[in-house]
Amino acid sequence: MVDDKTQSAKKMNVRYVANLARLSLTEDEAVQFQGQLDHIVEYFNQLRALDVESVEPMAHATPVQNVFREDVVRPGLDRNFVLKNAPEHSSELIMVPTIVE
Amino acid sequence: MTAYYVTIGLEVHVQLKTHSKMFCACSTDFGQSPNTQVCPVCLGYPGSLPVMNRAAIRLTVMSGLMLGCRINPYSKFDRKNYFYPDMPKNYQITQCDKPLCLGGGVDIEVNGKSRRIGITRIHQEEDVAKNLHYAKWSGIDYNRAGVPLMEIVSEPDMESPEEAFAYLLALRQILLYAGVSDCNLEEGNMRCDVNVSIRPEGQKELGTKAEIKNMNTFKGVFAALQYEIARQTEVVSSGGKIVQETRRWDADSGQTFSMRTKEDAHDYRYFPEPDLMPVALPEALVAEWAASLPELPAQRRERFVRDYGLPEYDAQVLAADKAVGDYFELAARRCPNPKAVSNWMMSDVMRTLSEKDISITAFSIPPEALAELVGLTEAKAINSNTAREVFSIMLTEGGRAGEIVTARGLAQVSDAGAIEKVVDQVIAENAKVIEDFRSGKAAAFKFLVGQVMRLSKGKANPQMAGDMLQRKLSN
Amino acid sequence: MLNTLSLHEVIALLERRECRSQDVVQAVLEAIGQKDGRLHGYLMVNAEEALAQAKMADEARAAGHKGRLLGVPIAIKDVLNVKGQPCTCGSKILKGYTSPYDATAIARLRAEGAVFLGRTNMDEFAMGSSTENSAYGITRNPWNPDCVPGGSSGGSAAVVAADEAIAALGSDTGGSVRQPASFCGCVGLKPTYGRISRYGLTAYASSLDQIGPMTKTVADAALLLQVMAGGDPADSSSLSAPVPDYKAALRKDLKGMTLGLPREYFVGGLHVDVERRLQEAIEVCRGLGARIVEVTLPRSREAIATYYIIAPAEASANLSRFDGVRYGFRATGAEDPIDLYKKTRAQGFGPEVKRRIILGTYVLSSGYYDAFYVRAQKVRTLIRRDFEEAFKACDAILSPVAPTPAYRIGENSADPLQMYLGDIFTVPVNLAGICGLSVPCGFTAEKLPVGLQVMGPALGEEAILRVGYAYEQATQWHQQRPGSLS
Repeated sequence: MVDDKTQSAKKMNVRYVANLARLSLTEDEAVQFQGQLDHIVEYFNQLRALDVESVEPMAHATPVQNVFREDVVRPGLDRNFVLKNAPEHSSELIMVPTIVE
Repeated sequence: MTAYYVTIGLEVHVQLKTHSKMFCACSTDFGQSPNTQVCPVCLGYPGSLPVMNRAAIRLTVMSGLMLGCRINPYSKFDRKNYFYPDMPKNYQITQCDKPLCLGGGVDIEVNGKSRRIGITRIHQEEDVAKNLHYAKWSGIDYNRAGVPLMEIVSEPDMESPEEAFAYLLALRQILLYAGVSDCNLEEGNMRCDVNVSIRPEGQKELGTKAEIKNMNTFKGVFAALQYEIARQTEVVSSGGKIVQETRRWDADSGQTFSMRTKEDAHDYRYFPEPDLMPVALPEALVAEWAASLPELPAQRRERFVRDYGLPEYDAQVLAADKAVGDYFELAARRCPNPKAVSNWMMSDVMRTLSEKDISITAFSIPPEALAELVGLTEAKAINSNTAREVFSIMLTEGGRAGEIVTARGLAQVSDAGAIEKVVDQVIAENAKVIEDFRSGKAAAFKFLVGQVMRLSKGKANPQMAGDMLQRKLSN
Repeated sequence: MLNTLSLHEVIALLERRECRSQDVVQAVLEAIGQKDGRLHGYLMVNAEEALAQAKMADEARAAGHKGRLLGVPIAIKDVLNVKGQPCTCGSKILKGYTSPYDATAIARLRAEGAVFLGRTNMDEFAMGSSTENSAYGITRNPWNPDCVPGGSSGGSAAVVAADEAIAALGSDTGGSVRQPASFCGCVGLKPTYGRISRYGLTAYASSLDQIGPMTKTVADAALLLQVMAGGDPADSSSLSAPVPDYKAALRKDLKGMTLGLPREYFVGGLHVDVERRLQEAIEVCRGLGARIVEVTLPRSREAIATYYIIAPAEASANLSRFDGVRYGFRATGAEDPIDLYKKTRAQGFGPEVKRRIILGTYVLSSGYYDAFYVRAQKVRTLIRRDFEEAFKACDAILSPVAPTPAYRIGENSADPLQMYLGDIFTVPVNLAGICGLSVPCGFTAEKLPVGLQVMGPALGEEAILRVGYAYEQATQWHQQRPGSLS
């Protein structure tokens, strides 16, 4: 199911990447996305022409630093509400299929 | 036979002592009913945003300062992406390339040999939820999700299980001193990933390492390392190859097992956390925090010797546990002879703790009360036998030494007239023994003193009683 | 006809006791009843609750209570958390989720007495420019039901334009407020990044997302901004700078202002009517006293590539939490958690969301991170610098909102890249973290609205609102209304 890790320099390995993102794809989707995404990634290559060697990457749009909250406890959510929002739950826990560790 | 060198590195996850979680205001209390300490942030609800807990940052920086790290002038948070049922957001907020603390080290001593184990970095992150497993399903309790952790990454400096064990003990001691964590292993306050490799003598480059994940006892780390080193040695010496992999320690069978997870594609896709702003701690603030640092265990040992005149050995024993050292200081400051306090602690107090299997914080006699008891003995208000008796009364019934002595009439009798009466009585009643004494039997004198103590119900000042007997008998 | 009034007009009537909040809500509900079957701007209308809230507002007003939005109904894009309401984000994967809390922006509107009457349709998780990517059906453009309303806040734009709402909120990550406002002929404001708290706004791309008002007039947008703006301890990226009095900035002339025209934005490729309306708008501004200068934004060319690397990268992580465990949709028949994730996400997400998750995962993955993601972040720095330079020479920049007017439903949906290229004039504002406003500036020959974009520097909302207001007052395009839907 999961293809090998190798992705060629030009083409994205759509199935490998989708697996990283925990998305299963149908055959049709895989084919369609492959074409569309290759096209888009090729368009991205225009960025390679720019010399950005000495440019700082921008991770935030604000110059803010050191934003903290004080270490004070406040009540959270009611458990019944939390459990009701979950698709499956027991009397105290949110349920998932058996985790194999 | 080829000899093999062992290389060990440890990643220790330490839960920080905060009231609230790393990025939200939920409580960090241990052992509460499942899913009662949760909110939109730590459940990863849509639209929720993390905000950094200032106390967690401070505790990590203080740990770094205690361990001799440099505090990074610019630090930031990143998202580490992987899907797992204990991860509410399916990414963990952690620090990738700009951790809070860099460098540093821990001094250890194994078999009389001192070494410094280097620390690579300390970074801040959030804990995951707890999975519980049942026959046909698994359940998730999110109370622990988002609890602040720091991860202390060592250099691959350790060369034996003994060194790894000593490193963990020394690290724990320092962190307890710093007051940054309860370091309670039963509550999972310290968890450890172990990296270990071997290489044959003469080979320079390190061997392929195995990682043993999620160890939560120091003894377990020791045993797992012993097993894993033996396993690797056997593989290599029989011509096999070590594969780089994650292994699981099974304490019951005493073996490590390869974790063959169903999908092993790990590509964490770290990138800067856009919801959290960088941390660039002003130097003044770091200096302020540094000023509030407690001393290191080694510094305290030296100070105990210097300030209280304790022998090296006493200082080491008393400073080993921060709480014991604190107890000692509280008592010693109230007592003219700190060495006497030390004697009491290293004998009667320690023995009591070990008999009752409790820590000093649960010890029922407060330090002031011990100081008072030692003080009474030093002032010769009671003799040492009485002191032991008072100690055991304080232990079982509580109360202050002075009150107990007064109430039970245990004060030492130092009144010459009163002692003389008893001495005279003893001389009158023991003509035979006195004869023995005069004919040179030294033991006879001890018996006579003992008789004085017996008749005075143990309260006579034994020194005075002896002196007086001597004087009267030599007349 | 209370539903046709602007926010300010409704507030004035309510304050003079010439109508009740219940009447306003009733009028809006009637308009929805008449038109929304065809338009489909709303995903949910809570008529009963809205009427109950309106009644309470009327009683509160009678008792002397005040509130800048007391009893005024506001439509909310389905991406914002409102306590007790669903928040599907136009996605099947959030079906069944009930929000336990108010977004900060919602809490601030609520504190002023606003009534939350319904949730508007959108492209799934705000990914799209046409509202064709909603899991709950398309929304039509009130000016021509065969055309898209734009996106991703297409529902909010359509209901404001069709007088099915007094005002609405949208969110703008790469133009999602401004472009639908332009397509539907209403006003859309994308404030400076950090000006309105993002707490409670379901994240698409966290470093780009902003909440924005979508209104019938510029003054209305200024009022909603006034209420929502300001620092928030729950959002570390919010700006604590003082919030100015935006109303005071609204003047009827542009005397003393310098407006820049980016050379790179006028090099062809524009729809002919869009270009004409823009040139006319520039002349109107000149006539109002503005000095017009040319500016240069050299890295405009790379904005689309930069945006479509950064936004999907952040989105790929932001959307990981939708896994069928704690809330929302869960696929049946999964054998283990990994299987559960894969099935839930395969069935719960639509194709555009899947494409962007894969794209974002790819640009962050080992071996591609530096080539794509880091490089895009660096180009982002250059784009920001371009604007900083440009704003040294002008107070605000004028441009089209989109190269074309609203297009026909289905026209662009087969070619994602073609769709992305339509965001060329809006994404630079988000990348630079600055502010932008879309104001109606006339119509095409086919009677489709065209929008004028006014861009301002960081925290330059007063300047762009002033330009928008003066232009609007001079032209009155905003008073045009679509005919009845056929």
